[in-house]
Amino acid sequence: MSQIFKAGLVCPLDKNNVDTDQIIPKQFLTSVSRDGFAEALFYDWRYVADGVPNTDFVLNFPQYQGASILLTRANFGCGSSREHAPWALQQYGFQVIIAESFADIFFNNSVNNGMLLIQLSKTNIELLFKRCAQGPQQWQIDLASQEILFGNNAAMGFSIDPDIKQRLLSGLDFIGSSEQLGAEISAFEAQRKARLPWLG
Amino acid sequence: MGQTLYQKIYQSHVVGKINASTDLLYVDRHLIHEVTSPQAFSGLKLAGRHVRRIDLTFATMDHNVSTQKRSLDAAGETSRKQLEALAENCAENQIPILDLTHPDQGIVHVIGPEQGLTQPGMIIVCGDSHTSTHGAFGALAFGIGTSEVEHVLATQTLPQQQAKTLKVVINGQLSAHVTAKDVALAVIGKLGTAGGNGYVAEFTGDTISAMSMESRMTLCNMSIEMGAKAGLIAPDDVTFAYLKDKANAPQGEHWPAAVSYWQSLHSDSDAVFDQTVQINAADIAPQVTWGTSPEQVISVDTPVPAPESFADETKRDAAARALQYMGLSAGQKLTDCQVDVVFIGSCTNSRIEDLRAAASVINGKTVAAGVRALVVPGSGIVKRQAEAEGLADIFKAAGFEWREPGCSMCLGMNDDRVEAGQRCASTSNRNFEGRQGRGARTHLVSPAMAAAAAIAGKFVNITQGDWA
Ligand code: SF4
Repeated sequence: MSQIFKAGLVCPLDKNNVDTDQIIPKQFLTSVSRDGFAEALFYDWRYVADGVPNTDFVLNFPQYQGASILLTRANFGCGSSREHAPWALQQYGFQVIIAESFADIFFNNSVNNGMLLIQLSKTNIELLFKRCAQGPQQWQIDLASQEILFGNNAAMGFSIDPDIKQRLLSGLDFIGSSEQLGAEISAFEAQRKARLPWLG
Repeated sequence: MGQTLYQKIYQSHVVGKINASTDLLYVDRHLIHEVTSPQAFSGLKLAGRHVRRIDLTFATMDHNVSTQKRSLDAAGETSRKQLEALAENCAENQIPILDLTHPDQGIVHVIGPEQGLTQPGMIIVCGDSHTSTHGAFGALAFGIGTSEVEHVLATQTLPQQQAKTLKVVINGQLSAHVTAKDVALAVIGKLGTAGGNGYVAEFTGDTISAMSMESRMTLCNMSIEMGAKAGLIAPDDVTFAYLKDKANAPQGEHWPAAVSYWQSLHSDSDAVFDQTVQINAADIAPQVTWGTSPEQVISVDTPVPAPESFADETKRDAAARALQYMGLSAGQKLTDCQVDVVFIGSCTNSRIEDLRAAASVINGKTVAAGVRALVVPGSGIVKRQAEAEGLADIFKAAGFEWREPGCSMCLGMNDDRVEAGQRCASTSNRNFEGRQGRGARTHLVSPAMAAAAAIAGKFVNITQGDWA
């Protein structure tokens, strides 16, 4: 079975340790809504001081406009736990991020928003950057077969946690699936109160 | 085979299985603040769900409050809206909150322990990465995102997978003026900011046993900066003495029962860790970061490294970029480096012990000309105690601004910011580009090192000369 999770243009962000303060700076965190963060994405890199686009930043290159797959390096999303970071990435248009590694909290936050985060070896990440160096890339991400399809029958496989794969394929409600264990939660609470009564 | 402390806490909180690799864990304490909770409450409402355990949920205002004036609108319109949203959500759901009218209000990771909300063996979560702080009590504590905040509000549980375990053994005696902050930075320097990815770190050894709870909190606070999911220290008599008679700690007949349970919370002697590192405390000198990542750190006397000195290509590139951002050159000494701003505060270093350490260095001296220095206590309790002990007077007499509790210049969401190009000696936890303000240059240090930098106008080695 083939199921294309996403097909689209790739934007290469050749940096390690991109932290969530860079993905979305703090001045945008005072919002009480979940929307309107696309403009804030990579704000300090995307704009020079007076709000003029920084033409040296890869996201502003004409050939990467409309990108929906972000390719980057190690420890992406480190730092603050702000979920505004995946919100900003997603609202800008990125549905897939490919990196050598991700920070834990950022990874969970992204998955909880239905994004696909693909972790690959350093060697494979290098190969993907090499591909990007040849010119703008359109890739397809097949989640069912766990492959990045480059066209012309070329592909690269990736591994993914089976639970996350299932959640992304079926679109299961995050809270709803835990609520199915409602009886177990109540039983645990009763047992906890008996064992450690001071916890309430 | 024995179990590690992490495995014991994890196992005792399994409610059920979601699938082969994912467990549903029960959450004992959920701390919330204004920045990462509003969207969770609106999501909850939209889905017609309610807060399952208001008695296990606790709120404070900290991230964007003004530290100049205790008023909701003092930090601007959007901050006020966010603070009001938290107040409304708490009122509607009857969640207890330390708001700006409460004398104990403060930074979420300072008030949790102070209020006795943080206890050994618990699972504690909060929509903030420095939740790792609470691991100092032998609680499994970690930061979560807003979707997870909503999940915990609704179910008091969280789906989790078991992490790998890392043992950090620290033995030996620290030199005078060398603190938990220096230990934390030295460990991160050794492991790197991604070194702990996928791990829960447990800190053990006689250096740790000799540490106060404040120091242990500083160390666990920084464990997220090495990428670890959480930091842990097994509870002992120091922990129990700290918790005794705290507002929300077990009272009466519950106290001895709780202590006896807490005494079982340690890694078994035959427990196997996935990785172990050893650190000799005597080798640690006062640390200062020179770059834009906490792993870019050196002892205060060591020259700033040259990018070429890094074998790894990506570290080399990162170093070159960091030096440019920080306005430093290879071989330069930080002790020759002028500072413009000094910030003593944040959930890393705003507790009473930190303020005492900073005040002890000042000793009748005054802040150097041209340096702006501020002290922001972590909570109302810390502030009152520092005032009662005369520390506030020492700071004020030296020329420090003495502020109201809050996160303040740690992330500059309120009006406390470092200007572009300014160099700041900061006791906070992140020296990322722009963290304290766009173009701001942050050097992470201990409170004593920050205070000395304020007096000298540049970084100094406080283990030497007149400072020692
Ligand atoms: S003091 Fe800084 S690190 Fe700590 S909770 Fe506040 S913003 Fe986060």
